[in-house]
Amino acid sequence: MDFCFARSRIHLALAALAALALCALHPASAADKPDPVADAKAFRNYFVNKFPNVKLEDFVNGPYALNEDMRRQWEQKEQFPPYEFSLEMGKELFAKPFKNGRHYADCFPNQGIGIRQDFPYFDTREGRVVTLELALNRCREANGEPPLSYVDDEMAALTAYMAFTSRGKPFAIKVPDDPRALEAYQNGKRYFYARRGQLNFSCATCHVQNPGERMRAEVLAPALGILNAMPIYRSEWGGMGTISRRLTTCNSQIRGVPLDPQDEEYRDLEYYLSYVSNGLSISGPGARP
Amino acid sequence: MTAIPSRAQMRVSIYWLIVLMIAGTAPVRAAGSETAFKASYAAAEAAEREAGRLRNQWTVTEAALADAKKAADKGDFDQAIASAKEAEALARASIFQAISEKDAWKQLEIR
Amino acid sequence: MASSIRVRAIANGEITEVQTLIQHPMDSGFIKDDKGAFIPAHFIQELTFEYDGRKVFIADWGTAVSKDPYVKFSFKGGNKGGELKVSWIDNKGETDATIVKIQ
Repeated sequence: MDFCFARSRIHLALAALAALALCALHPASAADKPDPVADAKAFRNYFVNKFPNVKLEDFVNGPYALNEDMRRQWEQKEQFPPYEFSLEMGKELFAKPFKNGRHYADCFPNQGIGIRQDFPYFDTREGRVVTLELALNRCREANGEPPLSYVDDEMAALTAYMAFTSRGKPFAIKVPDDPRALEAYQNGKRYFYARRGQLNFSCATCHVQNPGERMRAEVLAPALGILNAMPIYRSEWGGMGTISRRLTTCNSQIRGVPLDPQDEEYRDLEYYLSYVSNGLSISGPGARP
Repeated sequence: MTAIPSRAQMRVSIYWLIVLMIAGTAPVRAAGSETAFKASYAAAEAAEREAGRLRNQWTVTEAALADAKKAADKGDFDQAIASAKEAEALARASIFQAISEKDAWKQLEIR
Repeated sequence: MASSIRVRAIANGEITEVQTLIQHPMDSGFIKDDKGAFIPAHFIQELTFEYDGRKVFIADWGTAVSKDPYVKFSFKGGNKGGELKVSWIDNKGETDATIVKIQ
């Protein structure tokens, strides 16, 4: 009697141990580990299904992919684009040497030409996301120059020129299998979907739930490919504006106090949004209403 | 003969006495409002600081705080307190938003 | 100094199509700077296109035209290789002009 009882107890214990072992093989944290590849696939499918008549490569043209009338006007203007002046200024600024005689070209691979599609990247040494704007200012500071404002004309012109040299090249953002990179990626994703501001909008509210719809007089762009055209010449601004400018003004438009340009959240957001648009071409600098 | 005031004169005197008494108490009342204002402004500021720590402040909160300060500078403490209370309510709402969005964001995520 | 006028003229049979992009602040005079002072009005008042001695397009502009204006129009009678002169004068009396060959 006792022996039988003991044996069943052992069986019970073994069963419990087995169950525990199985649990260990599929810990709860595995489900939480970000899967950028799956995310990007789902992201792309969502928009392709939502807009079956839009060619995949056309998503980089934002509202023009979704509105015929706007597209016509834009195509006409592209023959003589409004961003020409800023682009020229950017080319001149890029070529101008620093006081110490060195150039922007010295800070980037391939002299800074045709590399925009690799930004942002995760710097494993520093453990942070580096955007193109940040890299440009770091280049300046490393060469004894004061940093540029992230929301003014000069930074916009420089990034416009660098984007132009990458036109047609697909976004090639890498998220290495490094927990810090995955954390930054996830951070960016969280930022994108989290509601903020008194108007309680998230980026997704406009760019995932309502692309093609109107927000006052503007037609909302889809989130897929949304950074590919940056920086953009906005008619509303009467000039070229950086990614930093767009992100901070978006925040204040929904009545959220913007963070500082190039703060971690914004860099992580740019990282996420660029990654999920991998494979789509750089179309910048762009022109928008 | 003129030592004893007439009825009319007494009335006038009492009238002025009352006016002076009220005037005398007025500063005391205003000081109370200022104290109350300082308390509600401090509470609003503290809430806004917390929202700042959560990286989720609203522009309207900042505007209400500025309105409160402006009204207080003008001496309109009733308005100042009202603005300060509104600022605190807005700040608390933004804190609630930040905390609930820590999980709620997943509802919008494309999967 | 580089011209403020970018222009391209393309002849297509009888019709010549002209596009131009002009760099100019086109300040209306209603906008304030960050110190609260009005930015004085500074805008192109007249834009003229001449071909073969005659004016083919004249624009009388005011403050409603925005910064860096873009103009597109067509006219009859332009020939490939012919010269099109573009000129403007603004409310401060400043001017610019350029000549382009029709393609």
